[in-house]
Amino acid sequence: MSRDAIVLLGVNHKTTPLAVREKLALSAGYEEPLRALGQLAELREYYLLSTCNRVEVLFTCTDVERAQGRVLDLLFAQNITPEELERYVYRYVDTEAVEHLFLVAASLDSMIVGEAQILGQLKEAYRHATTIGCSGFVLNKLLHKSFSVAKRVRTETRIGAHAVSISYAAVELARKIFGELAGKKVMLVGAGEMAELAAEHLVGQGVAEVVVANRTLQRAVNLARCYNGRAVSLEELLDQLQRVDIIISSTGSPDLILRKDEVRRVMRERRNRPLFFIDIAVPRDLDPAINDLDNVYLYDIDDLHNVVEMNKSERDKEAVKAQRIIAEEKLKFGKWLANMGSTPTIVQLRTMIEQQVRAEVEKTMGRFASLDESDRQRLEKMVAGITGKVVYPPLHYLKSDNHCIGLSERIKTVRDLYLLDSNNEDDQELP
Amino acid sequence: MSFLLFQGSVAVYLLSAAAYLVFFLTQNTALRRTGRAIFVVAFVLHTVNLFARAVETGHTPITSHHETVSFFAWSLGCCYLSFRWRYTVKNLGTFVSVLVLALMLIAAFSSRGAFPLPPALQSWWLPIHASITLLADGFLALACIGGIMYLLQEREIKKKRFGLFYSRLPSLETLDKLNHHCLSVGFPLFTLGLITGSLWAKQAWGAYWHWDPKETWSLITWFLYAAAVHQRFTVGWRGRRVAILSIVAFLSVLFTLWGVSFLLKGVHTYVS
Repeated sequence: MSRDAIVLLGVNHKTTPLAVREKLALSAGYEEPLRALGQLAELREYYLLSTCNRVEVLFTCTDVERAQGRVLDLLFAQNITPEELERYVYRYVDTEAVEHLFLVAASLDSMIVGEAQILGQLKEAYRHATTIGCSGFVLNKLLHKSFSVAKRVRTETRIGAHAVSISYAAVELARKIFGELAGKKVMLVGAGEMAELAAEHLVGQGVAEVVVANRTLQRAVNLARCYNGRAVSLEELLDQLQRVDIIISSTGSPDLILRKDEVRRVMRERRNRPLFFIDIAVPRDLDPAINDLDNVYLYDIDDLHNVVEMNKSERDKEAVKAQRIIAEEKLKFGKWLANMGSTPTIVQLRTMIEQQVRAEVEKTMGRFASLDESDRQRLEKMVAGITGKVVYPPLHYLKSDNHCIGLSERIKTVRDLYLLDSNNEDDQELP
Repeated sequence: MSFLLFQGSVAVYLLSAAAYLVFFLTQNTALRRTGRAIFVVAFVLHTVNLFARAVETGHTPITSHHETVSFFAWSLGCCYLSFRWRYTVKNLGTFVSVLVLALMLIAAFSSRGAFPLPPALQSWWLPIHASITLLADGFLALACIGGIMYLLQEREIKKKRFGLFYSRLPSLETLDKLNHHCLSVGFPLFTLGLITGSLWAKQAWGAYWHWDPKETWSLITWFLYAAAVHQRFTVGWRGRRVAILSIVAFLSVLFTLWGVSFLLKGVHTYVS
């Protein structure tokens, strides 16, 4: 047999609308789906990545078609129709899978190219896989490689030089308005993923308190707990406005939830301390005219996009450079993979010949265990010597590069000549 | 001697402003440190120059136009350094060094001659009244600079189009605080300047208040600042409105300093 195939299945923001992605997202964490994947006998090594923009599963297996079918059934099929599955889920095998993983890690496949969050999410996902122990030799090597590729891209290009992601842009703006964010208070109105992300960044900047206002109080309470914050109901919104400084709004409401006049009244009571509104809801939650008030700043999702876009053209230039790095690394990893292909054969061949030599020696000399120490050592040496001599020609044949016959071809020849596939069923044990 | 020191300090201020401006455009941090060091050197030279001039003329060097403007520049530098020592306001140095340089150039082009003091000015009120007033002007100038920076930064954030200033200017909060501190120091000093002036007027001319143009304009300026301070501390005005008010009030300060002396005549003329 040759080496296992590396397969990557998934959906991302480029191919799949949000509505479908939402259904596929692993909201319950990694543990459960990873364990479920463990039940599939077809998979050897596997790992899962789920972010707000993508859900991807990476695994190695021998029978690509079968394994792929099983994984899709398990992870995706309950939530979407077969047509959707066919239309949205992309499949990459071997070098393509490697390239895709590198692109993701280096943040070239992100919605906002160059944002740094994805690498952290990737590492987090990998950590889950290693705790469960479902990543093995190949995936460990591959994922570690992807981290170092991401790092290389980051240091050799200036792709991550500016604050790029929407939430970073929001934090940077907040700092331009408030200076130090320590001691400021944030209110989340509605609890979307983007809002959480922005809140997380703000908390990272030392924000004093997080207040969550939501229509369903339970969700607000849950989210508030994450940040040691308070939960309030939507009716208290205006009261709370007197106390907080930054408001991130992302409700699903079809109407405006806050109007200019209401904010004007609040500002009087706040003694004009600045308010920063971030409206990331579509359709908008906040009256755009709010921005006309003194000491009140309102940014909606488009404005933030524009902030991000300012850095983008330069970023795209850097992306070309990054693509080159990835192509380079893909080639290197491809070579490693190709060698990986011959390794099991070599090990198997060596073991088989050694076993045969040993069997013959034991037939004449009796069990090794019953011999005395010095004799046994000499015989061991002899076994190793004969094995080495016998194995040398096929090994040389496999390893030398200047052949017009491809490696997989050569592996097949050697396996056929030595009957490696017919007389040995337990080759699954080999690395 | 004092003339040489003056020329020297102008030259060094020029260097400092140039370093600050290049830093402002290139954001090369090493240049900022250089700019600040040069500014301190210039300030020291300037201080020595003021002492030398006081010794040479035998009175506080705040009587002629040249002396007044030079002292104004000095007090602005003084306020800035005292602030720099306590708070960091990103890139304030660039604006201050340019303004100080501008004042010094004005001083350089006005007559440097030293004249004997008329009897009315020969009083120990002169150093007190003039230096307090000009020191107050220094703080108020700083408030004005803060106001200008605030408006520039606020405009880019409000309009959501980020140009030259967004990354280079400090946060709105910092600029507003600068305004707060400058007003809360500058306004009492200015008030004190008015009171000492009026006491001196009683002594020299026999009445507390003459309604001569300089006094009238000082009073107008005082009311403008009083309005700003009142709105700030009781009504809770802040940000743009106070920034605009600080700039308008400072224009009135400048008019009191120059406009009145050259356009309107009164007892408060510079010695010439």
